[in-house]
Amino acid sequence: MEALDRVVKPKTKRAKRFLEKREPKLKENTKNAMLIKGGNANLTVTEVLKDIYAVKKPFAVLYKKKNITRPFEDQTSLEFFSKKSDCSLFLFGSHNKKRPNNLIIGRMFDYHVLDMIELGIEKFVSLKDVKNSKCPEGTKPMLIFAGDMFDVNEEYRRLKSLLIDFFRGPSVPNIRLAGLEYVLHFTAVDGKIYMRSYKVLLKKSGCKIPRIELEEMGPSLDLVMRRTHLASDDLYKLSLKQPKALKPKKKKNISHDVFGTTYGRIHMQKQDLSKLQTRKMKGLKKRPAEKSAEDGGVSPKKSKSAS
Amino acid sequence: MAAVRVEEVLAAAEEQEAEKRRSVTVEKELELEFDLGNLLALDRNPPPAAGLRGAGPRREALLRALARDNAQLLVARLWELPAERAGGAGGPLVARLPEPAFRLPREKPPPRPRPPTRWEQFARLKGIRRRKRTSLVWDEQAKEWRRRWGYRRAGGDPARAWLAEVPEGADPQEDQFARLRREKRERVARNELNRLRNLARAHRAGTGTAAPAAPLHPTGHQSREELGRVARVARVSTASLGRFQPRLPKEPAEPPSRSGGRKRRFEPLLGNLAAERSRQLELLRDMGSKRPVLDITRAVNKQLRQEEAEAAAAKGKKQSQRGKRGRRQQRAGRSAKKSGARRQQQQRPVGSGTGGGGGRRKKA
Repeated sequence: MEALDRVVKPKTKRAKRFLEKREPKLKENTKNAMLIKGGNANLTVTEVLKDIYAVKKPFAVLYKKKNITRPFEDQTSLEFFSKKSDCSLFLFGSHNKKRPNNLIIGRMFDYHVLDMIELGIEKFVSLKDVKNSKCPEGTKPMLIFAGDMFDVNEEYRRLKSLLIDFFRGPSVPNIRLAGLEYVLHFTAVDGKIYMRSYKVLLKKSGCKIPRIELEEMGPSLDLVMRRTHLASDDLYKLSLKQPKALKPKKKKNISHDVFGTTYGRIHMQKQDLSKLQTRKMKGLKKRPAEKSAEDGGVSPKKSKSAS
Repeated sequence: MAAVRVEEVLAAAEEQEAEKRRSVTVEKELELEFDLGNLLALDRNPPPAAGLRGAGPRREALLRALARDNAQLLVARLWELPAERAGGAGGPLVARLPEPAFRLPREKPPPRPRPPTRWEQFARLKGIRRRKRTSLVWDEQAKEWRRRWGYRRAGGDPARAWLAEVPEGADPQEDQFARLRREKRERVARNELNRLRNLARAHRAGTGTAAPAAPLHPTGHQSREELGRVARVARVSTASLGRFQPRLPKEPAEPPSRSGGRKRRFEPLLGNLAAERSRQLELLRDMGSKRPVLDITRAVNKQLRQEEAEAAAAKGKKQSQRGKRGRRQQRAGRSAKKSGARRQQQQRPVGSGTGGGGGRRKKA
């Protein structure tokens, strides 16, 4: 396999840019997701994949053809797809008698499968079934996780991390407050996970903070957790490792005290106090007579003695 | 009476404020956890399981109410962030998000720093720094600014050069154009060779440190270290851990070291008396001889080179701290204020007093 990724020298600038986009970087690109259909995907599963693609555009690729693979048995074809399309998240949908309406959500690290969780779809309401207005594509959603299961159970915790990774979208420094339109709400209750999407309506309230009203929109799924394939602890820790260069640099010579005052420290060179420039006061200026008297009793040129 | 009315008015105003606030406040048992960089809210309160059991519109309504409460809290937090108007006075209100706090795994491992090339090592040692070149050069013949290289370059098109002078010591019958072409080809080939060598070095360094247990390449591209490592592992993978494996004719007999040669081994105190005696006599002989054990010139050269590198590094750091203005001032200062007496004072302080002048001229 290493013979396949021999060092390829790019012959054009475009190829060079393409390769540079894919190589490991300090600050990474937004993760892309690939949505794949299994060998026998039925209508429900196809609709789910299409709706999730609509939510995750443009950071997703939807494959149209069916791929006969079993991710839990053999992960090589998934890894091959991930390498080809440079996607590190995947959603694989299939259906058979034993596992009806199956959805495998997973992520990759260095083009190898890190975590995979199999979920069963119990109920699905698609985007076209809900006849409300939708929000524009590419909106960064607000994510809310409700339920203590997401903290208590290890598998649910990984699922929470996976879902955040999946639906997070690009990392932005600023956000337009009026553009917060989309909310994805996950509730874990009774061994089931309810995913609901709402459109946010900001209503006037008396104070600065607006009152929120929610309108049902978009895909809503009732999921049940089936099998899981989680990464071992040390591999997971390795994938979480951030390079040191990304750590926020501590500003030196600045300190704060209890009251909130900021103190700074300046380092200066030693000052020559004899050459210090102080205020000039004309009255104190040395007259020539005084200067020569200081110099050692030499008589001044113009003596002002009375004749 | 007026006082009573004032109190009434104040109470009414307070109630109105509270009324307004009530529409945006939400009561929760446990506080939510927020990660505003990801627009994330985590609610730890156990949801009302009884209400959510029965399917149907009641469940939807309950879920929606729960979602509304949580979303209200999240939006309240987001509205508290420092916000400004983007794009002037009329632009949209934009809030500055903090860094995302929730740790998510990376897509690819962090990039490994590649080892420096031969030139980079030499430049670091000598203190040579990159000079930024201007992209345009003044062309005297065309009387305009032209590129340094590429389409319509400053020196004229090299393919159209119609004159190639015969240099002084060269054979007059030799074809100068052919010579120029051949030399260019040789230069390009040499550059390419060096580039590939640097790449190979980087690749070797990368695989050596990252994957020590990688399996052997099936065909070709088997480096010497890889073969040795794999042979060693194969030898030890027998039932008796390689103790009775026959060795090749020229392979040295190694005692089995489980730590792979990392630990120091010391001779036993009362072992080989003859060896100890010979070692002590050799030591005395070396102490008594007049020949110096240390090669002074080599040591001095090494020291000088180290100091040069350190000075270059320190100067580089200081200059980068001072910035462009500092560099300009420094250069101007140096060129302007040079005089005979000053020059002697400003000479670089040589570290080692003894071998400074002499050691520099001789090379080990």
